[in-house]
Order: sequence, then structure tokens, then C-alpha cells
Amino acid sequence: MKLVYFAWVRERIGKPEEEVELPASVATVADLLRWLRARGEEYENALQHPQVIRVAIDREHVDHREKIAGAREIALFPPMTGG
Amino acid sequence: MAGVAVPTVRIQREDFDVAAEIACLTQGRADVGAVVTFSGLCRDEAGRLSALELEHYPGMAEAEIGRIAAEAAGRWPLLGLTAIHRYGKLKPGDNIVLVAVSATHRQAAFEAASFLMDFLKSRAPFWKKEHLGDGSQGGWVDAREADEEAARRWKP
Repeated sequence: MKLVYFAWVRERIGKPEEEVELPASVATVADLLRWLRARGEEYENALQHPQVIRVAIDREHVDHREKIAGAREIALFPPMTGG
Repeated sequence: MAGVAVPTVRIQREDFDVAAEIACLTQGRADVGAVVTFSGLCRDEAGRLSALELEHYPGMAEAEIGRIAAEAAGRWPLLGLTAIHRYGKLKPGDNIVLVAVSATHRQAAFEAASFLMDFLKSRAPFWKKEHLGDGSQGGWVDAREADEEAARRWKP
């Protein structure tokens, strides 16, 4: 599974993207955020307030209850500030 | 669904020319009665900022603005729709975003342009980072609740 990060999520985790092997227990976006937070200090620092993290699966917004099975690319980022 | 307007969506580093974009919507046709444009510019926040750095999610930025544009084209009888969003380092006074909408009558054009901007601000994957006047790097701009509120006023 490819994970991509943007803005301060990218800066805090320290990389723009990575490939991860997810355990079968990670079924939803919320599970993924919980699993990532346990990977190290930089992840904990980026994701300590998971409710503010926005997520897109294959370039479409999803909420944290969304199932991630079959996803090719999951993006994590802060609330958007374009326009 | 009016189904007439085919949205033009561009994500680019380069500047855009508002007059040229209006001309694209009106040239060679006699049915356009109204064009509404909105331009968003980089401002200096009373001298505090020297630049804004715009990061985006390539691929999703185009797709998401395309989805918002298609939604607008379904809600209002539009003749044309152009949305351009820049990325990279922009200075105060530089253009950031353009929404241009053409229609037979003004009401549809005004409303669609407003709708596009409200959703573009809260759903298009762009993030602004501040560069301060003293040369140091500021922080990431926080999302404003007022922008979320503005998008919520449009009923599904």
C-alpha cells in the first residue's frame, strides 16, 4: 500500500511517501491512523490529533470509517487551505 | 443537468491572464449574456508576509476541482466554466486562483462562481505555507471554520 503525505503531516513524518505492508487487522482509515501512530515518535507527532487529519483514498476524500481494502494510494493531510 | 458546459480545470505554476480566460469563454459565440470571474490573490497581511508557498496533491487537485466543477455545471445552467489554481512560491500581489463562469443570465453565473470558490477552499487539496518578511519561514496557514461554514450553506 502506498501512503502519501502533504503539508505539515509530510514535514512531521519526515517523508513525502512510503510503501507499507499493513496487517490484516487494519481495516478502516481510523485503524490505519492508529497503526501509524504506533510506528514511532514522528508519526505520533504528526497524527496525535487524528480527528483533524483528512484522508483521501485513490484521490477521493473519505471519512475515517471508510474501509481501505483495495486502495492503491492513501493520502494523509491537514485541512485544506487553497483558494 | 444542463450538461452544456465542459469545465476547463488547470493546475499550474505559471500566472494566468484573466482577460484571455474571459475571451476563451465568449469568443465566437453570441449566446453568453453573463460572465462572472473571481480572482484570489496573495496578500502581504500588513507587511508580515513576503511570500506564500502553495503545496498541492498532483492528480487529486485536478480531479477534485473537476468534481466540484461538474457539480456546479449540474446545478446551474452554465455555458462555460474555467477554474485555474496555481502552486509554488507566490509573492504578495500575485494571482493564486481564478474561477470564471459564463451563462445566459447573471444569477446562475454569480451563484456558480460563489459555489465553486466555497468548495474549492475547503475540498481542493492545496496548502499554504507562509514566508515572513524578515526572511524566516512562518507556519502553515490554518484552515478557517468560516470557509467550512461557507461550503455548508449549499444544500446537497
